[in-house]
Amino acid sequence: MDSAEEKPAAVIYAMENKPIVTCAGDQALFTSLYTSLAQQLPREPMEWRRTYGRAPKMIHLEANFVQFKEELLPKDGTKALLTFPFLHIYWTDCCDSEAYRSSVKEDVSRWQSSLRSHGSADWLIIVVDGGDARKKNKSNILPRSSIVDKIRGDFCNKQNDRCVVLSDPLKDSSRSQESWNSLLLKLRTLLLMSFTKNLGRFEDDMRTLREKRTQPGWSFCEYFMVQEELAFVFEMLQQFEDALVQYDELDALFTQYVLNFGAGDAAKWLGSFCSPVLNWSGLLLRRPIDMEKRNAIQRGSASLLDMRSYLFSRQCTLLIFLQRPWEVTHRALELLHNCVQELRLLEVPVLEGALDCWVFLSCLEVLHRIESCCDRAQLAANSSHTVGLWAYATDKLKSLGQLCGLVSRTGPTSEDLNRTVDLLAGLGDERPETGRWSTSPYKKLKEALSSVEAFERHYLVSWTLAARQAEALLAEALRSYVCEGWSFPVTHTRKQMGECQKLLGRSVDSLQTSALLAGDTNLTTEERTRFCGDVLNYAGEPVEQGGAASAKASLDMGAFARLTRIRFRPDGATVHSGAALQVSFGFTWKNGKQHASKGGAQGRGLPGTVDFEAAVSPAGRPASLSAGPPPEMDEAHDRSPSDDSLSSAGVVCKNAHLVIRRHDSGSPQDAPRTPRGHAAPIGAAPATPVALKEGARMLTGRRIALEPGDNSVSDEPGTYTLRQLSVTLGNVNFVLPHIYPSVQYHVYSQEPQLTVPPPPHLLLSVPSEPLLAGLPQTVKFTLLTGHYAVRKGDALQLSNSDGMPVLANAGCTARISNSGAGTHALSVQSSDKVTSISLPPAPPYHALEFHLEVLCLIPSGPERTADERLTNGEVRHRPRSYSHPDTAMSMSIDCPWSIYSTLLTLTFHIPFKTEHSLLSAGNRKFIRVCVHNVSDSDFTLAHVKLAEKNGPRQDGRRRASLEMRSLNATLLCSKRSVHCLWEATCKEDLPSSLECVFSASFCPLPASHTLYSVRANMLPLAGERHCRSGSLCGLEVVIARLAEPAEGQPDVDGGGTDADGLGGSKVLYEVADSSSNWAVCGRSSGLVSMPSSGSWAHKVHIEVMPLFAGHLPFPKIKVLKYLPHNVNTIQPDADSQVENDSLSLLDKTLDDATADTASVRSRGSVQSLGEQQHRGVALPRLDPFSPGQVFNHSHARQVLVLPANDDHIVEVHAT
Amino acid sequence: MAVCIAVIAKENYPLYIRSVPTQNELKFHYTVHTSLDVVEEKISAVGKSLGDQRELYLGLLYPTEDYKVYGYVTNSKVKFVIVVDSSNTSLRDNEIRSMFRKLHNSFTDVMCNPFHTPGNPIQSKAFDEVVSGMLAQST
Repeated sequence: MDSAEEKPAAVIYAMENKPIVTCAGDQALFTSLYTSLAQQLPREPMEWRRTYGRAPKMIHLEANFVQFKEELLPKDGTKALLTFPFLHIYWTDCCDSEAYRSSVKEDVSRWQSSLRSHGSADWLIIVVDGGDARKKNKSNILPRSSIVDKIRGDFCNKQNDRCVVLSDPLKDSSRSQESWNSLLLKLRTLLLMSFTKNLGRFEDDMRTLREKRTQPGWSFCEYFMVQEELAFVFEMLQQFEDALVQYDELDALFTQYVLNFGAGDAAKWLGSFCSPVLNWSGLLLRRPIDMEKRNAIQRGSASLLDMRSYLFSRQCTLLIFLQRPWEVTHRALELLHNCVQELRLLEVPVLEGALDCWVFLSCLEVLHRIESCCDRAQLAANSSHTVGLWAYATDKLKSLGQLCGLVSRTGPTSEDLNRTVDLLAGLGDERPETGRWSTSPYKKLKEALSSVEAFERHYLVSWTLAARQAEALLAEALRSYVCEGWSFPVTHTRKQMGECQKLLGRSVDSLQTSALLAGDTNLTTEERTRFCGDVLNYAGEPVEQGGAASAKASLDMGAFARLTRIRFRPDGATVHSGAALQVSFGFTWKNGKQHASKGGAQGRGLPGTVDFEAAVSPAGRPASLSAGPPPEMDEAHDRSPSDDSLSSAGVVCKNAHLVIRRHDSGSPQDAPRTPRGHAAPIGAAPATPVALKEGARMLTGRRIALEPGDNSVSDEPGTYTLRQLSVTLGNVNFVLPHIYPSVQYHVYSQEPQLTVPPPPHLLLSVPSEPLLAGLPQTVKFTLLTGHYAVRKGDALQLSNSDGMPVLANAGCTARISNSGAGTHALSVQSSDKVTSISLPPAPPYHALEFHLEVLCLIPSGPERTADERLTNGEVRHRPRSYSHPDTAMSMSIDCPWSIYSTLLTLTFHIPFKTEHSLLSAGNRKFIRVCVHNVSDSDFTLAHVKLAEKNGPRQDGRRRASLEMRSLNATLLCSKRSVHCLWEATCKEDLPSSLECVFSASFCPLPASHTLYSVRANMLPLAGERHCRSGSLCGLEVVIARLAEPAEGQPDVDGGGTDADGLGGSKVLYEVADSSSNWAVCGRSSGLVSMPSSGSWAHKVHIEVMPLFAGHLPFPKIKVLKYLPHNVNTIQPDADSQVENDSLSLLDKTLDDATADTASVRSRGSVQSLGEQQHRGVALPRLDPFSPGQVFNHSHARQVLVLPANDDHIVEVHAT
Repeated sequence: MAVCIAVIAKENYPLYIRSVPTQNELKFHYTVHTSLDVVEEKISAVGKSLGDQRELYLGLLYPTEDYKVYGYVTNSKVKFVIVVDSSNTSLRDNEIRSMFRKLHNSFTDVMCNPFHTPGNPIQSKAFDEVVSGMLAQST
């Protein structure tokens, strides 16, 4: 046992720790037997039956045999139990009756009387038999039994068992053994009886004393001493459990008093425990009994800490005897907590920090004590029991360090030092027990408090010295907090970690932590602003030269801001290469409630806008537990390598291994660090960095408004996916490692393209009209510039072909799509071989449109072979149908963007089909020519002529005269035929063959749809019923536009189609009288603007004066189209006459019902009204309407005009 | 009575945590979190010895200088933690037990609510009131 070697010098412990048994009588005899007696007594256990229903116990009894002295007997009132002799033995080996009578009897009775006088009834007389030496004197020898009987008879009235015979004690015989055993049994029994009796009495007394505790003057300290006595006895009897119970009872009693004190029931004796704490030297567990403190208790001068310390030291000792060291630690922790509470409750004045010292020392003392009685393996296995103490000690040391200014950066102040000195003074001197150890708690604390360095060594072992380790520990803690979703500890740990990282100078990590903290909603706005300031400060630091790349810190944007939206402009997120794609990012700035998100005015679900839902994991449930990382889905295309056709498409989860992974606790998900700021295109296109330019600024301290940056896109066509977002702010990159759902935009590239009608979009709306051969046709050219920018001076070179001249005219304009600037001049210059069209500058990916007038000459009928000529007069034409074009003309165009010529094929359709036949009527021969109109247009034919091909012969005679016989039909409607008949009269014999040429002029029939109606009304002067000659009267003209032209009918009301961008049409009216019947007074003409569509009427009033009386026809009212100056006009060339078309373009208004609307005006030829158009200068001009388009209701109306007055002179000329 | 009452899910994330001196919330979060280790220890120890027949009340988890932490585990491994001020000496084990029983009853009511998603933080007025009742008496 540990305590054995450290015997205190105190009085009680000077004696053997055994019950006292006194020995009287023959001392020499006893001395001879003592050794074997002391050895054999504890050899066998004995059952101890207890009072008060306590469980019986087997105990090994030991005894301290001392010589009987009168003083040993307890005086009355003494409560000491330790010094209490439990048994008194009288030894004698008297076998001589004489000797017995003379001396022994007397001696025994004296002994007995002194015992009786002290009320002790526990005695035993041992008669030793068998001393051979003593049997020499045979005369006086009586049988031993007689002596015994005498003794019994003299002293043991009815207590025969109080006298025991020990036979031959020094002989090794069975008889001797037997008598020893019976003696020992007797001894044990008597001892136990004595214990039971005396302890019982003692306990009764003690209880009585305890019951008096409510009486004034009762002292706990006194009672303490009494009950401790009992505890000592139990300890002495090795009944540690019972001893512990005594202390526990004392502990509980004391605690109860303290609690009662707190409840207002203050016991008087507690006053001494309320004295200020002057000593905080901690627990002392080395001594079995701390006599110093015990004496203080006995004197009633113990402080609360003394009392507690002493109590605990006793309990500790007993517990260690009981092999329950772990209970010591638990009790110690409880005690320490309790003491702190009790001192608070009792309002004991304590120097600040003194308790910390006491607790620290006590913790270490307990731990040392435990360590001293356990081996290392045991300690390690039971670390869970000691950890609380260690933690408590650490806490206390920490608070001491703070108190004494040992952890502050500036070191302790003088005030701190004073306090330290005071605290050290309270520690007192080191106890001798621990003095020889270099690592005693006392030394440790003293050293730690003495200097900053030492303190750091002792305390900051887990901090600065191993800051790296500390950070790792914090990181681990953080991981578990994050994993388990404890937001407050997460915040706090992060804060600590940030400090750690700052200490270590790991600015990037600390920055990351600061960024996370800045977005932490658990912190106050001020704190967050501070952390935000940290980040911004770092961002604002000048970038070090050379190390620019490494100096850039990347932070996870998720901490700072949330991406709410990505918006593309244009909406389709599809741009051609080189064009600007505007990408707007919307952010929610987490620091604060407001958020400045760019493009916030736009509603949701806009095209080109991607809204990001906040990734709300079920609130409170940590993300790692609920869903794991969000799956990153991506499209996957599998294209066959040969022809790039899509063979399969699918969806790929890129982080499947993370999503599907089992979420076992404690497996941290490391944020993958991936290269940032790159948009990687899908497919084979190499990753090209997309530089993001962002500006950031703080708004009102908590908002960051990100200005949309132009996203300059590489020229590689392909599909780009926005994978990561990096916002650079000074030195700091905020990186959003994943953008989910993935956002893509497309970049394409296109070669310039020159196309000829019909442009696709027209195909959809208006049925395409074929180009007709033989008439000037407007061809619309569309140039999609693609990636090519048309520069000034770029020109298209059209190589002319004979069959299709380009009717170059001035004032050609081109329109560039997407540019609001209207039209651009287009100069067309024709030379013999080449027509050069210089283009206006146009940016890439625009459409340039211009019109050219071309004329396809109808090819003359092919020369026929002789055998075909007569019999089959049909000109070999292919069947007319639009699907079988007649004439394909190809144009070769040299474009500036390509070294190759572009070949364009224009298909013209020949509108007519002719056949002829020879008819006979008797001798008369007729030639019939059937002209079949295969086109969709109506035509008028003129100058229908059939002439002999070779002209008059050399002799001047015609071989035959051909006379038109049939009706010379001029109107040739669509899909109809006209037959012309000639009679061939021959002067001579009918020639075997007659080659004739049929020719006819044709021109499209003007449109006859009535667009405008004109009504005129003559209004006489007011009050007059009729007009009078010579006086003014009003001509009221109502120009009304009729309802919309029928569906599919091209709008022909001139000047007003959408094609040239005018909102409405303008009509010019003119009142003129050619027959001199009327004089127009004042305005005779004017412009009427009409809205672009719908029925509409306009009324004009014109003053006219009839010049004659009588029924006068109305003055003529002309209505003309007014074409603004910018309208595309074509000046037809003079050589537009073609072989079989004598139609003069100059005086004919061409039909509009052919091609697209854009060509309407171009057909309209010119200068019908006085204004001769100036070449090259675009001026407004007037076009007459086609016949039938304007209906004059008052045409040929007459009005009665009375003579000016009645008495006028009628001139009558009579001859 | 109590200064902090917490309900912790099976996976050790907090379902409900409320404390009286709100300025020291962090400390209580730490306290409760730390106590979970003790809870785990106790559960595993109990599980070994007694099998399914186990006491829900875990008793004092660990005392600190200022607070005492008591634990309770439902059969579905939801933990209740009650932190009591150490200076409050009037509270005996029985009172703590009855507090836990009350808390458990109220928690069961919350779980019976069809609109409550198990595993989500508890947002229930009735539960709040029960907790408030236990917290309020200390002030």
